[in-house]
Amino acid sequence: MTTSTTQPVLHDCRDAYAATLIELAQADPRVVVVVNDSVGSSKLGEFKRRFPDRLINVGIAEQDMVGVAAGLANGGKIPFVSAASCFLTARAMEQIKVDAAYSNHNITLCGMSPGMAYGELGPTHHSIEDLAWLRVIPNLTVVVPSDPAETAQAIRWAADHSGPVFVRVSRMGVPDVNPAGYRFAPGRATTLRDGDDVTIVANGTVVAPALDAAHELSHLGITARVLSMPTVKPLDVEAVVAAARETAAIVTVEEALTTGGLGGAVAETVVQHHPVPVRFVGVPDVFAPTGSARWLLEHFHISAAGIVEAARLALGR
Amino acid sequence: MSAAPITTPGTALPVLGRIGAEAGREAVVAHIREGARLIRRRDIAMIHSAGLGHVGGEFSVIDILATLYLHVLEISAGRLDDPERDRLILSKGHAAGALYATLAAAGLLDPAALDTFMRPLSKLNGHPDRTKVPGVEANTGPLGHGLPVAVGTALAGKLDGSRRRTFVVLGDGELQEGSNWEALMTAAHHRLEHLTAVVDRNRLQQGARVAETNDLDPLADKARAFGWHVVEVDGHDHGALLDTFTRPPVPGTPTFVIAHTVKGHPISFMSDEVAWHHKVPNTDEVAAALAELETP
Ligand SMILES: Cc1ncc(C[n+]2csc(CCOP(=O)(O)OP(=O)(O)O)c2C)c(N)n1
Repeated sequence: MTTSTTQPVLHDCRDAYAATLIELAQADPRVVVVVNDSVGSSKLGEFKRRFPDRLINVGIAEQDMVGVAAGLANGGKIPFVSAASCFLTARAMEQIKVDAAYSNHNITLCGMSPGMAYGELGPTHHSIEDLAWLRVIPNLTVVVPSDPAETAQAIRWAADHSGPVFVRVSRMGVPDVNPAGYRFAPGRATTLRDGDDVTIVANGTVVAPALDAAHELSHLGITARVLSMPTVKPLDVEAVVAAARETAAIVTVEEALTTGGLGGAVAETVVQHHPVPVRFVGVPDVFAPTGSARWLLEHFHISAAGIVEAARLALGR
Repeated sequence: MSAAPITTPGTALPVLGRIGAEAGREAVVAHIREGARLIRRRDIAMIHSAGLGHVGGEFSVIDILATLYLHVLEISAGRLDDPERDRLILSKGHAAGALYATLAAAGLLDPAALDTFMRPLSKLNGHPDRTKVPGVEANTGPLGHGLPVAVGTALAGKLDGSRRRTFVVLGDGELQEGSNWEALMTAAHHRLEHLTAVVDRNRLQQGARVAETNDLDPLADKARAFGWHVVEVDGHDHGALLDTFTRPPVPGTPTFVIAHTVKGHPISFMSDEVAWHHKVPNTDEVAAALAELETP
């Protein structure tokens, strides 16, 4: 936990997401949304009220949902698919691979409440495999925004980008972590704090604990660089290689499995360009127990304390 | 969050056990009716305590589950791993609380475990997990998984030359998933007469009416066209459910039961209200619901 006295305001990124979709839809009649009985869970009630014909609810049918989105793109629309990340990615994987990515359609797949957000509902509803699954699909950009500003910008960028994009949209409260005037660009990390001893690479809901960890490490005489890495793919290879060269070790942090996601992407880059010790903070190779999101993150040490510990182990001090 | 069990007074669930046909139809129906009442009382207290759950779809399906577990299914606590047991797969896994309470009423799960529903490290996840709870036959939660698994379970029974029965309970919104229609074809193709699919036809899904979202009707005709024997029943009439589930099968044909239900039944302020899909009742609402579930 932070030691600061004033508690930061926490945001549900779905609010910025839904507001941005309404702005995009107002500006461009081609913008449509496709959902799987997920209007409420995507906070799209207002969108539906304003654009009833442009919100297509296929019902509980994710394969249909992504296939229909591909058809809409083929028909000249700009579809945003909006569904719980666990069902969108697991159930419609082949449609994502073939109809969205291989077909190279301009589709934005918006995974609601990813990671541990549905903690109590159990492993069927934990969406912690999504980054590993999606990162290996060619053509697909994989975005994990960390705050409302980054969420809104990623959605705007995706609407303009010609090609498939996946964006994680979290419901878990996050503070604003990006500096004023921040501009999202795929494949570009942001240095939120500089340091020479160790680099912490994080995205999404865990950027805030990464910053807290850097603060705590400073009390131990360890200066930590914090890189916010909004796109797991494309990765900012230059920033990772610079971190490997300039600091002695790297810690990756993600609200996901440590196998194959952000940690995997960073490690692949580091071993090829400039090997240094890398430690992963996230969920190890298990189906997580039931429990609230907050409880689960503590359970798996996906917290400032867990990141501090990983940094010390990586540095051997 | 405190790990201490929170039990709403007056919602303790006695172990009722399974009643056999020798008791006579009237006694069997009375046993199921009282069981369903007590299961609803426990279930709403569990949801309130967990702060999460799906009360609407649980209350619509409890009469079906109670009829099956308190009488129809040939299973007992001592033989939950017996290959010859009957099986029930709750495909609409979001009604897990109803399943757990029913398993406890039937004597298949320790009622004390119900107090841990959805708490950290609990065996009772928000969706059922067969690796944690004996008596749970399939890990469900994502909709559209139960029917294919039930087809495989029934097919194994057929390969064994067994008459053991497989039931699968589905939501109606759930039938929008294409996997169900693939499995309906497979079941008819393999002439799985000991397989019964029960659709909890409450006409609501998560955010709207099924008919406004992606309509299913004419459901009975569709199931018949897919090669199933179709039966329609009042899903809150315990006697009618009992008769439906105990009728001998149509040779070579799986049975598709459309159980007409009301989401949130029988609570006046929950019935047929889509908001109660996953709204959590507050203390006053729990008290009001319990008052409506006071008399047998
Ligand atoms: C594959 C999948 N997509 C979406 C969901 C989210 N979800 C949970 S319950 C539900 C509505 C289910 O409706 P129905 O099958 O009619 O059940 P009931 O109304 O009886 O509760 C939805 C969409 C899910 N569990 N699984």
